[in-house]
Amino acid sequence: MKILVCVKRVPTVGGAITLTADRRAIDTRMSGFTISPHEECAVEEAVRLAERFGGSVTVVTLGPSSAEEQLRSCLALGASAAVLIETEPGLETGPIATAAALHSVAADGGFDLVLLGNEASDTGDYQVGIRLAHLLGWPAATGIKALAVADSGASAAASRTYRGVLETFALPLPCVVTVKEGINLPRYPSLPGRLRAKRAAIDRRPAAAAAPDGDVRMTSLRVPDAPRKQATVLGRGADAVPSLVHVLVELGVVA
Amino acid sequence: MTVFCLVELDGAADEGGAPGAADPSLRALTLARGLAAAPTGASGGPRGVAAVVFGDPPIADLAGYGVSDVYAVSGIDGYAPQAWARVLGALLSELPQHAPGGPGHAVVAAGTERGNEVLAHLGAITGLPMAANCTAATGGGDGAFGIVRQRWAGLLLEEAVLAGPAALLTVATDAVSPVPADRPGAAAVHRVAALVEDADLTVRAVETPAGPGGASLATARVVVGGGRGVGGADGFGPLEELAALLGGVVGVSRVVTSEGWRPHTQQVGQTGTKITPDLYLACGISGAIQHFAGCSGAKTIIAVNTDPAAPMMTRADYAVIGDLHAVIPALVEALRARQAG
Repeated sequence: MKILVCVKRVPTVGGAITLTADRRAIDTRMSGFTISPHEECAVEEAVRLAERFGGSVTVVTLGPSSAEEQLRSCLALGASAAVLIETEPGLETGPIATAAALHSVAADGGFDLVLLGNEASDTGDYQVGIRLAHLLGWPAATGIKALAVADSGASAAASRTYRGVLETFALPLPCVVTVKEGINLPRYPSLPGRLRAKRAAIDRRPAAAAAPDGDVRMTSLRVPDAPRKQATVLGRGADAVPSLVHVLVELGVVA
Repeated sequence: MTVFCLVELDGAADEGGAPGAADPSLRALTLARGLAAAPTGASGGPRGVAAVVFGDPPIADLAGYGVSDVYAVSGIDGYAPQAWARVLGALLSELPQHAPGGPGHAVVAAGTERGNEVLAHLGAITGLPMAANCTAATGGGDGAFGIVRQRWAGLLLEEAVLAGPAALLTVATDAVSPVPADRPGAAAVHRVAALVEDADLTVRAVETPAGPGGASLATARVVVGGGRGVGGADGFGPLEELAALLGGVVGVSRVVTSEGWRPHTQQVGQTGTKITPDLYLACGISGAIQHFAGCSGAKTIIAVNTDPAAPMMTRADYAVIGDLHAVIPALVEALRARQAG
């Protein structure tokens, strides 16, 4: 089984988000980088399928040269090949162009399955996987928390919980599936895995020149005002319980 | 201009009554109504908000939210995302084109898994741009829509412009409050038979009950949260008891699910569930910003933590300084005594 996993380099967000002076990007001078937890799970799911069926896992990213770091992390987890579609540093690519760039890799690799995170943790566009599926002419399922591929490798049952109901989608392969954290518990990279990842070759390709942009056009970013609440301290330890009950009654959650 | 709004139904049908509009869809209708009031450049189609419902339309809810027209779609058995998108695409294509320079039409849906994926399919089918999880939208007079949308699950806001004959928007489930219209809409019903291709029906949901769990985390009115301070998988008993007494459910922080103490379905946060309860009682949760991305829609937050400087404590409405292992059992006992009268 040949599997392609799409990942994205994003800043590691800690205590607070700080913007650049022009308010068009996150200030990443002090931050590290990672991929989304959803994508870590997508890589893990792909590696497990390759372990079961044989075959290979290719990871692809669209991003700056430095996104090599995230590809090597995925290789350390068990991916066998990596493709970097290289963009200009600081250039943000919208979801329509991103899907087109990923399609250039997905279309001619003979893949049986393409996995993505349900949404990138930074831009949260919720559409790249589906746009890619349409370009490939393949079916898609999104937000998936359990993926059962049939022993034949010809079909899969993908499910998620939606408003208290378990939704299961039956898909023929090849298909595109976007997954969410919780589908598995990703492994830690092994030492041999890390050594292999360090030496592995990365297939670097230049991104196609940006097409006329018909996509959502960001004008500026802002950090929403945190509600400047001054918490009312109800007390310490169990002594606070009477005032706590009083607040619960006031809020109407206790009769 | 016509603003179509995909309206999802809530699952209350099994309680006897007809299903109403789901809460995230009421929020979407609220944003759609504001957008439809923008100066019109596109004419010819229905004015105002036209709800699109797959199934029996909840007329009273829709009228209350100012909906002028209701498209009740039949002919698709169950939920099939691409087929739903195909129907929306057909409705959109039947509208007269917008006047050059004026704002176009729009399709709005809730920023739910279904809403986001249906509009993503519609974007792929039509080639139109789509903006997920908007918190505000205006139809500008210059032929473009101005929107504000969530990035980082709401930790960052993006101001953006969408040009084109139509805008596809989903509405954040935790940022726009559902507000009924000042005057009810006509909610005139038009029956629509779905025209879809076989390929649109390849992927369709088979629905089964998700098992015991009662009220869902996303819709619970009270959520009792547990974090690292709970200490281990066997420490959640008192939190479960408290949740049951308050008619709520237990939610947890990411560390709790990463440690395998509780299933991921209970995670509150950017990669878990966004909650909008009346009360979030966060116990032993320090408050990483990814956690706030999931709980900032709570009306009131009460935090219980040994560390008064923890972010959760400083951003809560009420704080109890102390060990949850002492506070929560005492609270459970007090509520029991109160119940017993």
